[in-house]
Amino acid sequence: MNAFWIILTGSLVATCCSLLGCFLILRRMAMVGDAISHAVLPGIVIAFMFTGSRDTIPMLIGAGLLGVLTTFLIEFFHRFARVQADAAIGVTFTWLFAIGIILISVFAGQVDLDQDCVLYGEIAYVPLDLIITEGGLSMGPRTVWMLAVVTLLIGLFIVLGYKELFLTTFDPAFAAAIGISTSLWYYLLMGAVSLTTVASFESVGAILVVAFLVAPPATAYLLTDDFKTMLGISVLLGTIASFAGYYLAVWLDGSIAGAIATVTGIEFLLAFLFSPTHGKLRRQKRVQTVGH
Amino acid sequence: MILQVKNPVVEVHDLTVSYDRKPVLWGIDLTLPAGALVGVIGPNGAGKSTLIKAMMNLLPVSSGYVRIFDQPLKQVYSRISYVPQRESVDWDFPASVFDVVLMGRYGQLGLFKRPRKADNDAAMEALEKVGMQGFANRQISQLSGGQQQRVFLARALAQNADIYFMDEPFAGVDIATETAIIQLLRLMRDEGKTVIVVHHDLQSASDYFDWVVLLNMRLVASGPTEQVLNQELLEQTYGGKLTLLSKVGDLLRKQEFPAREKS
Repeated sequence: MNAFWIILTGSLVATCCSLLGCFLILRRMAMVGDAISHAVLPGIVIAFMFTGSRDTIPMLIGAGLLGVLTTFLIEFFHRFARVQADAAIGVTFTWLFAIGIILISVFAGQVDLDQDCVLYGEIAYVPLDLIITEGGLSMGPRTVWMLAVVTLLIGLFIVLGYKELFLTTFDPAFAAAIGISTSLWYYLLMGAVSLTTVASFESVGAILVVAFLVAPPATAYLLTDDFKTMLGISVLLGTIASFAGYYLAVWLDGSIAGAIATVTGIEFLLAFLFSPTHGKLRRQKRVQTVGH
Repeated sequence: MILQVKNPVVEVHDLTVSYDRKPVLWGIDLTLPAGALVGVIGPNGAGKSTLIKAMMNLLPVSSGYVRIFDQPLKQVYSRISYVPQRESVDWDFPASVFDVVLMGRYGQLGLFKRPRKADNDAAMEALEKVGMQGFANRQISQLSGGQQQRVFLARALAQNADIYFMDEPFAGVDIATETAIIQLLRLMRDEGKTVIVVHHDLQSASDYFDWVVLLNMRLVASGPTEQVLNQELLEQTYGGKLTLLSKVGDLLRKQEFPAREKS
């Protein structure tokens, strides 16, 4: 049963992250996901200090606000200080993350959080934190329920806003010309990334979130030329990585999050070499057959 | 030679646009007539693209206002379409030709609505108009420059707007595409649409446009082509940059040369 919950957790995180990641990588903003996943830390700590509990809702709000603040700061530095986009990202998130670390270390005695947990998470503990009804019936892990709700929200967001997200990603100038607000959809997308990040961070950690945001979409990009198919493939790849990563970790007796991230990397490498459309090896083969 | 028209479709009043506090367009005051094929012409860096982007409110303006169909822009979005420069998007994007053309319908569809059969039909019809119906399922990364331009044009046509802004639609396209596009633009004008085109080739300008706007940071001229494309105004626009230009202007005026050999 534990294996089931852990794999389900991984798959839910993989689903939200890879769906949003498809939009991020096509907007050339993959690293904004990285930035948000780190920069939400002070938001989480501040929310904790205000409420004194590790309730999900205040933390989601605190982290969500910080996530949006991060994207706003990145835009601000890029546009008004005229720093390069990647430099603006680098400055913003390291700075916010560092503030979060200081907050944690200063209030270490009172805060039930630590840096390792934020970075690497502990997916293996997911099945321990169960929701138990008054009748004593176990409803399954708290994290799984939360992630299921978040996945549903993200799925709904993408289904309902598909047209606008697709258009503002492909051609923002045309979108603006026909009256679709590009900044509204930009901030909605970033809000969704913040929500996903904070909902996933305590179970899988920031690094696996970044891996899921970038690797499955990048792999899917190599495998298809159709955007909807790309969304589907990246979810599938993320889920496969959760399965394979879990059993790899069991076999190696190592970190589950680490193993899952490793599998996403291996998937990318395989797609890079063998993709029917973009694969390096396939292309060479095709050239050879033409040559002979 | 700045001619103002009555009942203009586009009215630009005292428009100033700056990048980084440096003005690139200065005090533009112009009106454009309905049902005209308008060329916006000027040297590199004259602010031609900036002008049409500012007309569509895609850029922050320092002063002035734009009214289209005598209304603020926000109320007439559905009647405006835009063909951006081809290089402005990533053509390796995972989308088919049809996906891109269908985007022209998104504005009318509104939030949460999915494209219906009528929208698919309109997109297909637009593709037929540009002669690309056989490419509907083609990946956009496999298109040539001219085909990319036709796809962009089809997307604008699918919208069935009343006014079209086009940024350098003839840049880097083959001659067959250029001919096809100009024929289409004339057809649109004959249907009463207004088409505003940023153009850089002086030679073809007199042949293509009914109305010409000469621009070099300031508005040099705006009026019917035959009144505007003369040596004096061209020199004012291009400055002393090219002596060749005065010759071109001369030749154009005398009509010794056709603007382009007809095929």
